[in-house]
Amino acid sequence: MIRRLPLNLAALVVVVISVFPVYWMALTAFTPTKDIQAETPTFWPAHPTLEHFATAVNADGFWTFWRNSLAVTAAAVLLALAVALLAAFAVARMRWRGRRGFILMVFIAQMAPWEALLVSMFIIARDTGMLDKLSMLTLIYFMTTLPFTIVTLRGFLASIPPELEEAALMDGCGRAAAFRRVVLPLLAPGLMSTSLFGFITAWNEFAFANALIIKNQDDRTLPVWLSSFSNVFGTDWGATMAASTLFMLPVLLIFLILQRRVTSGLIAGAVKG
Amino acid sequence: MSAPSLAAGRRETPATGPPPAAAPPRRTALWPYLLIAPTVLGAAYLLLYPLLRSVVISFQHFRTGELIRGGAAFVGLENYRAVLGSEEFRSVVLRTLVWTVVNVVLIMVISTVVALMIARLGRRMRLAVLSALVLTWATPVLAATTIFQWLFQSRLGVVNWLLVTLGLESFRDYTWFADGTSTFAILVTLVVWQSVPFAALTLYAGLTTVPAELYEAARIDGATSRQVFTEVTFPILRPLFGLITSLEVIWVFKCFAQIWAVSRGGPDGATTTLPVYAFQVAQSLHKYDLGSAISTLTVLILIVALITHLRRMVKQEGEHL
Repeated sequence: MIRRLPLNLAALVVVVISVFPVYWMALTAFTPTKDIQAETPTFWPAHPTLEHFATAVNADGFWTFWRNSLAVTAAAVLLALAVALLAAFAVARMRWRGRRGFILMVFIAQMAPWEALLVSMFIIARDTGMLDKLSMLTLIYFMTTLPFTIVTLRGFLASIPPELEEAALMDGCGRAAAFRRVVLPLLAPGLMSTSLFGFITAWNEFAFANALIIKNQDDRTLPVWLSSFSNVFGTDWGATMAASTLFMLPVLLIFLILQRRVTSGLIAGAVKG
Repeated sequence: MSAPSLAAGRRETPATGPPPAAAPPRRTALWPYLLIAPTVLGAAYLLLYPLLRSVVISFQHFRTGELIRGGAAFVGLENYRAVLGSEEFRSVVLRTLVWTVVNVVLIMVISTVVALMIARLGRRMRLAVLSALVLTWATPVLAATTIFQWLFQSRLGVVNWLLVTLGLESFRDYTWFADGTSTFAILVTLVVWQSVPFAALTLYAGLTTVPAELYEAARIDGATSRQVFTEVTFPILRPLFGLITSLEVIWVFKCFAQIWAVSRGGPDGATTTLPVYAFQVAQSLHKYDLGSAISTLTVLILIVALITHLRRMVKQEGEHL
């Protein structure tokens, strides 16, 4: 026990450094302004209050930005899921010329330097009248999540034995019906976790939302709104942290749903590479 | 940290070999191509076209006038000459390299130590550390940037309070974000804080796959802990180290959101890295041609830096397919 003490202390330091910033955000969000501005900070919720959440939620356009973020994210993820399912099926279940090249391109697309495309994407959006449009953001988020979605779904599909489909085909199902009745139910957990990861990426995206929504302020998304917190809340740190908390909540929820896959599934996949 | 990037680590799932030969190839001549058509079209318009457009614009004279009226004229290598000839660009490249090296080295060293530590912990403490890392991992980039701005706030920030309480009186009301070096340091802290969970958890998962017999054998042969790491653990996990390092290089090198949200590349350009610089030149100065040239150079530098990783990936994938 005593021999393990230094090790456990080190572990404690890691836990504190990891958790403290998030704890501090939540704590500040619940602390009355008077206490936030006190000379000595308090490290536990002595007088918890919801006033900052009220300020954040009642801030100009909060619900609009929330709705924008949700709409763009959901549309992008669903689109990516549909398109990726087709491609993943072709890759995992069929033999064709160019298959290897296609997979390689998907892997390379996964590493695409999106940040280097900000300028040309701005010009393309402007030329096609897509500037300040949420649909442009949706398309971009669709493309940023697509390669990852294909790779993951291909993995899930490959783990479902093709014999199951063949049996259904023998029983007189068409290929589409066999897929819908046999493969899709088995694929559901994979679809679920893949789409949730896509959701997180799109929900968090900042660079394009910041570069492509310029004039029409009502079309901004939450990350961009949050980045301008000093314009919105001034020096009201309680409200700023309440807004950050509300922004983080859906992501945290998803991580809780996915917790097993986060630490086992994806990482196990990474290790086998 | 973004999720696809996490899963970029997922290179090979258990059963992703070639589809079994038993799958009947009948009537499949056209189908696969129809199935991948939406993906190919999407990538062509939303990835390839912007990439090519960026390259084309980098060879044109493209300012506000051309943006509105069109009809940009080709000017050959003029933009590249202007960019490469400027003192500013060279200092940005240097800063980007320093930024990448400092971040990646810190991320890899800390993650390795943390992963080795987790492997030695008891069950309860291990669960606590894993949960804490996942919590950090789950924190959205923009939430993390606002949190760090609050932590390092000059008058009410908890960091300054702590430093003053520890007797460092000079940190009373210290304005971190007014100084280039301290802003740079905070951004490094932020990026390392956000990146360690993925790397540490992945390395830890890798550690658990090393057979315990190997450790025992090394111990029986009288190896020290250090020798066990350099002679047993590291060689086995070498491919994983390579993969994670490459991924971290990509993420850190092209990092934009954190820098833009915290400092917009300031103060006085002290945190301007290549992606930030390209955006500034194009969006604030309306020199879209120079911005595109910088973006193109950014991609080229990244490709050169990762050429070994890309080559290995192509080779490995070739073997698996």
